[in-house]
Amino acid sequence: METLGHLAHGFSVAFTPVNLLWCLLGTTLGTAIGVLPGLGPALTIALLLPITYQVAPEASFILFAGIYYGAMYGGSTTSILLNTPGESATIVTALEGNKMARSGRGGAALATSAIGSFVAGTIGTMGVAFLAPVVVKFALAFGPAEYFSLMVLAFITVSAVLGSSSVRGLTSLFAGFVIGMIGVDLQTGQPRFTFGMTELLDGVDVIIAAVGLFAVGETLYMASRRYAGKDEIVPLRGSLYMTSAEWGRSWKPWLRGAAIGFPIGAMPAGGAEIPTFLSYAIEKKLSNHKEEFGTVGAIEGVAGPEAANNASAAGVLVPMLTLGLPTSATAAIMLSAFQSYGINPGPLLLTTQGDLVWGLIASLFIANVILVILNLPLIGLWVRLLKIPAPQLYAGILVFATVGTYGISQSPIDLVILYLLGAAGFLMRRFDFPTAPVIIGMILGPLAETQFRRAMTISNGDWSVFYKHPLSLTLLTLAFIGLVGPHIWAYVEHRRRRGPEHVPGDA
Amino acid sequence: MLNRRRFLMSTAAASAAGFAGLHLSPAFAEGAPQIQIFVPAAPGGGWDQTGRTMDQVLRSEKLISGSQITNVGGAGGTVGLPQFINQWNGKGNSLMVAGMVMVGAIIANKAANNLTQVTPIARLTGEFEALVVPAESPFKTAADFVAALKADPTKVPVAGGSAGGSDHILFGLIAKTVGVPATNLSYVPFAGGGEALSALLGNQVAAGISGFGEFSEQIKAGALRLLAISADKRQDGIDAPTLKEAGIDVELFNWRGVFAPPGVSDADKAAMIALVESMAKSDGWATECKNRNWTQILLTGDDYAKFVAEDTARIEAILKDLGLA
Repeated sequence: METLGHLAHGFSVAFTPVNLLWCLLGTTLGTAIGVLPGLGPALTIALLLPITYQVAPEASFILFAGIYYGAMYGGSTTSILLNTPGESATIVTALEGNKMARSGRGGAALATSAIGSFVAGTIGTMGVAFLAPVVVKFALAFGPAEYFSLMVLAFITVSAVLGSSSVRGLTSLFAGFVIGMIGVDLQTGQPRFTFGMTELLDGVDVIIAAVGLFAVGETLYMASRRYAGKDEIVPLRGSLYMTSAEWGRSWKPWLRGAAIGFPIGAMPAGGAEIPTFLSYAIEKKLSNHKEEFGTVGAIEGVAGPEAANNASAAGVLVPMLTLGLPTSATAAIMLSAFQSYGINPGPLLLTTQGDLVWGLIASLFIANVILVILNLPLIGLWVRLLKIPAPQLYAGILVFATVGTYGISQSPIDLVILYLLGAAGFLMRRFDFPTAPVIIGMILGPLAETQFRRAMTISNGDWSVFYKHPLSLTLLTLAFIGLVGPHIWAYVEHRRRRGPEHVPGDA
Repeated sequence: MLNRRRFLMSTAAASAAGFAGLHLSPAFAEGAPQIQIFVPAAPGGGWDQTGRTMDQVLRSEKLISGSQITNVGGAGGTVGLPQFINQWNGKGNSLMVAGMVMVGAIIANKAANNLTQVTPIARLTGEFEALVVPAESPFKTAADFVAALKADPTKVPVAGGSAGGSDHILFGLIAKTVGVPATNLSYVPFAGGGEALSALLGNQVAAGISGFGEFSEQIKAGALRLLAISADKRQDGIDAPTLKEAGIDVELFNWRGVFAPPGVSDADKAAMIALVESMAKSDGWATECKNRNWTQILLTGDDYAKFVAEDTARIEAILKDLGLA
């Protein structure tokens, strides 16, 4: 139990009053920037990098870790209350969370996301402390072929958000593919769908698309129906926090979310979005309250994805601390902070900078505790936001979405895109097309394409890589079962219920 | 209206967080000038770090009283460049950070503006590149790699940064020098250094090309084997030949430098060159460069302009061969 000794030492580093203060500052700042769409943890840490010239390494990493974890908490707040995701990892949270908020269970949605984040964040951080060397071996076994198969599996999740009509859902998904393809193609360096505009070369930011389609589209829809009838928001129904039934429905999704999020986060190209999609799909499949999904909002659909994104945030730290591999924008910037101290992050980091690394891991545990203490009492305040009369509330959302989008890269083109997609979101809402598949298509489409082409480049055009690699084959098999399994099950069930005398063609 | 005030407060706190970086530059030196640094990339990358390190060193050496850094990111700098040319025209106290990546991006994106339209001040640093293979690889030397490449380039997938970037350019130059057609190469571009590195560590590709700093720790730990570096001469503490020593006549630095806007007076230009020269000679700058694996390759004024023109021609030729220009 050498690890426990290291960890105890880490806590002695993190528990100094000054470092606790940095942790508090970081988590508060992180929560705030998580709330604003546009200002993400990567940008905030980049802008705070000069602080490394003035304070000790332990202090600045504790600050950065607090910001990183805090942003994951804060991002869900606006997703749930305003349907305006602050981070790409909380887009899925908006699906059920906002429905819950509108039917008076916003407090419960916020509580399950805060507590779920705490539970999953703690599990994930324990994973970083105890399992890192094992997990990183598994993560490195993932090559382009395996990633592509993982994407195929993730595409199955689309069926969970397609809505009532598959044709409409798939139309939305393909629209998402097209938007996702805008920009310079990574594999060949050629621009696609940019129409000669330099600003489009880097593509459309997925946050802008989500905010445009969800928040702006929703606002326009509400405005158009102002005199046609009332779509009432219920500020609060029942208890502010979770009821015991809601606790009962939340704890399993938290654990499953953590189990999905941590390993995928640890993969170099895993990211935080895919585990949230997978978790959402699984919770919808397993829930006993399927009728609540997409109508009044199902708490499982918030608890699972929220746990998954926090666990994946912890997972990202595994390759960073064990191998010096930056696998997300935030991790890359944290690594450049190491360099300003003259520390070269790499496979030897843990042995040469033990104090720093274990202090950082200990401060992650502390950050998690501070965050849940910080966020639970705030729920009462946040929920009151919904008592603002609809016209003012939606006007506020519009201002908030606009300011946040402009904050991403101070580009007026981004605002044009925001409002164009807002108008598209309005039309989709009006004609009953689901908007979530657009976002899923935007994220998964380009990822799947890139990994597929990489795999084919490496194999020199040989398709067998997808089924000759055992991991890839396993994932494809899972995807196949996910796709046809339910139909076979339904058919078997149907046959069994009706009994053998009612075989088709017999009646 | 507690709720609304709370809401506004958190928004204000978030924007304050965003700009805190700027407020950390206190003005303390009397009489020294205030400068503006334009970074045509998002915060966090190589140009941004160059700009922020310059700010830090210039202030601690009391050469300037403070600086303001503006980031306009996107498309390898080709989004920021037109803005710097048009809106910063004639501002004698301003500098833009740029480098080889922008030269490549201008050509590949067929951008309307280019670096002949700005005023060259100084080339500051360069990162030489490294050719590495996984520890288990059968390639022991650069010659082994070249032999395999000559035998069948499609069987030697090489990982590196984005298509048309410095890593891809170096791979193209190596192939061209040893007589392998650039169009047959199997280059696997990755968006970030971390992803390319994990493809190497996971044995997914045959070799990798990237900045030496990206690989140095993995080489030290024995996870990767260094075959050659693209520097002009042997480097202290690096146990590998240069490409030239290994029989491949290629030298490449992923250079970074600074430019003033168009339309600045000769006096302003001379003053800016003097300022950057005194920064480059300081101990503070030397320490920062060492920490970040940056090689100092100072070149100023007209010599720098000549270098940029030559490098542009070389990059354009190789990008044409690779089918990207």
